[in-house]
Amino acid sequence: MFDWVQNSADWFVYDVLNLDKGQHLAEALNFFIYDSIKILILLFVVIFFMGIVNSYFPIDKVKNYLSRNKLYGFEYLMASLFGVVTPFCSCSSVPLFIGFVRGGIPLGVTFAFLITSPLVNEVAIGLFIGLFGVKITAIYVISGVLLGTISGMILQKLKLEKHLTPWVKDILAKAQKEQDVFKTEKQPFLKRLPIIWDEVLRILKGIIPYVIVGIAIGGLMHGYIPEGFFEKYMDKDNLFAVPIATILAVPMYSNASGILPVVQVLVSKGIPLGTAIAFMMGVVGLSLPEAMLLKKVMTLKLIGVFFGVVTLCIIISGYLFNIIL
Amino acid sequence: MIKTIKILGTGCAKCQSMTNVVKEVVLENNINANVEKVEDIMKIMEFNVMSTPALVIDNVVTIKGRIPSKEEVLTLLS
Repeated sequence: MFDWVQNSADWFVYDVLNLDKGQHLAEALNFFIYDSIKILILLFVVIFFMGIVNSYFPIDKVKNYLSRNKLYGFEYLMASLFGVVTPFCSCSSVPLFIGFVRGGIPLGVTFAFLITSPLVNEVAIGLFIGLFGVKITAIYVISGVLLGTISGMILQKLKLEKHLTPWVKDILAKAQKEQDVFKTEKQPFLKRLPIIWDEVLRILKGIIPYVIVGIAIGGLMHGYIPEGFFEKYMDKDNLFAVPIATILAVPMYSNASGILPVVQVLVSKGIPLGTAIAFMMGVVGLSLPEAMLLKKVMTLKLIGVFFGVVTLCIIISGYLFNIIL
Repeated sequence: MIKTIKILGTGCAKCQSMTNVVKEVVLENNINANVEKVEDIMKIMEFNVMSTPALVIDNVVTIKGRIPSKEEVLTLLS
């Protein structure tokens, strides 16, 4: 599908710039051009598609659905799945949390949504397809959904309501399953399109610099680090690799989407995929700025438990991947 | 009649862009309006919105979770 991109990159590097095949600089440049174009196209497609889905399933509908329906244990999975199609903005996490609490949705279900929403987002999916292919992307998405579901169930079992901040407890006490009057916008697709389009461009504009820099660094490393370089330091038998990678990753902000291209090169040079996926889940799923925002609705203890449980689940899935893949 | 415009947002980049768009529309069209930015989360939640930024005109939530175009804001204000 992307042969034409490879051909154009070859043509530009070997014919136009007249660089020799096999030269470090030529290979790095070729890799950079090919990857940038391919990834930008994929990002565009995925973000656009998610924009369409989200236009028909806005967050209010999701909340009403979870609040209204008895799902017999499947509500965690549903919340987690909804998290996939909802674009996440860390600044919306607090209003979203309150909205869920007010709608009488159990805390664990809310957490399931809050975990998956940033973890499996449109930017991460686009980058994953471009860098690792469809199979690994599917594994990442499915395990992200399961991770949200299971962490949500664990957090529910821990009965954490008492660790909410006082004003949120008030809201919780007054929570009701009653539906907000939600006027369904019956807009035709063509009217929605410009709004979706604007949003796609806005997201792309925000991440392009990070992604390009990430690919550039990846390209340099690709050309200069010998194959299998990391194998001797970080092989699958090294039990500490997964926890260390995860704990390093958690404080990083999800806008470090630029870090994914670098990780891909590290994998191609011998870092085990499970360790790498654990690292990326830590980067994308949890971040310090989000923790700071959540302080308005949760005590530090609750934030600690929340991050702790998710981190633990990420570490476990890292080990699992290293065994399976 | 003076319109009351409120922009609900906890201070992220998106909320800032919405404020700028609204302020520009108000200035360019000489609309008689009070533009206020609401950053206090408790006040934001009184409007029952779950995605920010949100645009509130005369206490009615009109846009949630995205940045509107100038034309859109102008239509809503007139």
